[in-house]
Amino acid sequence: MARSITYREAINEALAQEMERDPSVIVMGEDNAGGQGSPGDEDAWGGVLGVTKGLYHKFPGRVLDTPISESAFIGAAVGAATGGLRPVAELMFIDFMGVCFDQIFNQAAKFRYMFGGKAVTPVVVRTMWGAGLRAAAQHSQSLLSVFTHIPGLKVVAPSNAYDAKGLLIQSIRDDDPVIFAEHKMLYDVAGDVPEESYAIPFGEANIVREGGDVTIVAIGRMVAMAQDAATELASSGVECEIVDPRTVSPLDTDTILESVENTGRLVVVDEANPRCSLATDIAATVAQDAFGSLRAPIQMVTGPHTPVPFADSLEDLFIPDAAKIAGAVKTAVDWKK
Amino acid sequence: MTDERIQRMTMPKWGLSMKTGKIVEWFVAEGDTITKGDDVVDIETDKIAGTLESPVGGLIRRIIAEPGTELPVGAVLAVVAPTEVDDAEIDAVVEEAKAAVASGALEQDEGPQPQLVEVGGHTISYLTLGEGGEPVVLVHGFGGDKNSWLFVQQPLSEDRAVTVLDLPGHGASAKDVGDGSLETLAGVVTGFLDAVGIERAHLVGHSLGGAVVAAVAKAAPGKVASLTLLAPAGYGERADAEYLRGFAAATSRRELKPLLGRLFADESLVTRQLVDDLLRYKRLDGVDKALATVLGTLLTDADTQAIDTPALLEGVDVPVTVVWGESDRILPPPDGVGERVAAGHMLHMEAANDIVRHLR
Repeated sequence: MARSITYREAINEALAQEMERDPSVIVMGEDNAGGQGSPGDEDAWGGVLGVTKGLYHKFPGRVLDTPISESAFIGAAVGAATGGLRPVAELMFIDFMGVCFDQIFNQAAKFRYMFGGKAVTPVVVRTMWGAGLRAAAQHSQSLLSVFTHIPGLKVVAPSNAYDAKGLLIQSIRDDDPVIFAEHKMLYDVAGDVPEESYAIPFGEANIVREGGDVTIVAIGRMVAMAQDAATELASSGVECEIVDPRTVSPLDTDTILESVENTGRLVVVDEANPRCSLATDIAATVAQDAFGSLRAPIQMVTGPHTPVPFADSLEDLFIPDAAKIAGAVKTAVDWKK
Repeated sequence: MTDERIQRMTMPKWGLSMKTGKIVEWFVAEGDTITKGDDVVDIETDKIAGTLESPVGGLIRRIIAEPGTELPVGAVLAVVAPTEVDDAEIDAVVEEAKAAVASGALEQDEGPQPQLVEVGGHTISYLTLGEGGEPVVLVHGFGGDKNSWLFVQQPLSEDRAVTVLDLPGHGASAKDVGDGSLETLAGVVTGFLDAVGIERAHLVGHSLGGAVVAAVAKAAPGKVASLTLLAPAGYGERADAEYLRGFAAATSRRELKPLLGRLFADESLVTRQLVDDLLRYKRLDGVDKALATVLGTLLTDADTQAIDTPALLEGVDVPVTVVWGESDRILPPPDGVGERVAAGHMLHMEAANDIVRHLR
């Protein structure tokens, strides 16, 4: 039976169910136990935003509280994965991956290839991304494209509670390193989630809404923004089809291309900085492989090429919203040669 | 103050998950006199569209629900009352109805929730609506679940208890199907009747469920008052094995959607939500194994039907009704067997009102 739980609860439940099912699954990260390894509910924070709360006591010895040294514990997680465990490491903010990037892109991502398939690295790096939490330039970035660029990594970005649970279970069962990117503004958003375990396969986009006038490809928190825009546009007779890729590596290009072949118009919504981003990547793929179907130039709705501002008013301006998406859709629909 | 002469036509609850419905088109107008059972309005749910047959009869004084509006289950759609009731009283009912929708109170009412019961090691999910009369039990087909009876259970439950259940491996029941044989599935249904205290019931089965209830009647004839088999498995050898095997194997929307069209005469009934719900089911741990196992009960290695339902019915001494959708592409209707309705394989969804009439 499905019932309504939050994105945060869905992630916690996925971890608990996989730890229950498979004794090789472990959790590691900062602040899992209040930073001092002490027992006691008050001290067991469950990570900076409480996502793993409750697991520390439920699975004694399998939830490791690590020092503030990402290069050390991400390296340890990668090593443990090659040694037969299935570690799920929490790298607090995606912005901090710079200090452990070698472990991720030059080690974990390469092992299967360099050892001729004889080694697998089933590590999951859970990390928060996205703007909106008033957390300033060093805690608000959308760096998914950095990981997507690297062969050997899988990159997952759930937009809702149902997908968060099913994609995290798939990430844990997957034999390759997975960057599991949780949008920090979605943690309290609830949705219908089955109590039972389930896995959503990678590389299968979700059609969030069907429509024949324009395809909107949106990622993470932008899916909800696109839905708001589509609701508003429907009242003026413009029907949007919304595609949520769910995983950006692998990317379900077939579903995106099929949709654009039906609608003839594409709007890509990605809150990341605009250069060398998922927006440009998806736009380029469609321009190359569905050029003949396009009836208007591809529109990209992204953040500007700046750090995420700390001032509330500027941060709000940075993030794409329903009005900006609706504007881009109108530009595409109204476009004439 | 309630005036018994005033009757309210309300938004039906077609299936467990239905919370709201959208008014598509009215077939009647204010001032028309209707009888119970008349087609009055088309309503779209997030899964499928259906036609509401009026649960009441009389003079339509007011139609409240405009086409295009989305209203919660239980919202008053129209008011039926004889001419003697004055306009002011009707206006009061309309105002009360609008206030009920505006207050949001209707959305809060979740209605009856499914229950779980243990049957010989299988956890079975079921839902009973209505009370009294000789109970009716509805058994879904391969890959289906209790929600496939969305248009049938509620109207039928107006004057009797109607129970829907999820077979092992399906819906919200546990996913272990054992050997998945017809005997095992029928044994679970028989055990279920015992577990929930149903001594004797009218059994209705769709597709695989039709063969299952036939096997129940053979094994436990005393528990069965009648059988109604809707597009039942096990009549003749032919079946769309490509559909059955494809359904069991499909893991993505792009694989599943084209197959689902074959279930209906009108392929436009396959909505995004229907595909999504089935994918959500298929992704649950254990479902792939359950479907693969039960597939072996349905089909031979040569892709012909493995079940012989007429053989099961030999010596079964209860009334048996067989109904087929005339455009069934999954299990083609055999010549000379049963009645026909205008529908595909999912006749209880596509021609629900005809099926309800048959069952009454």
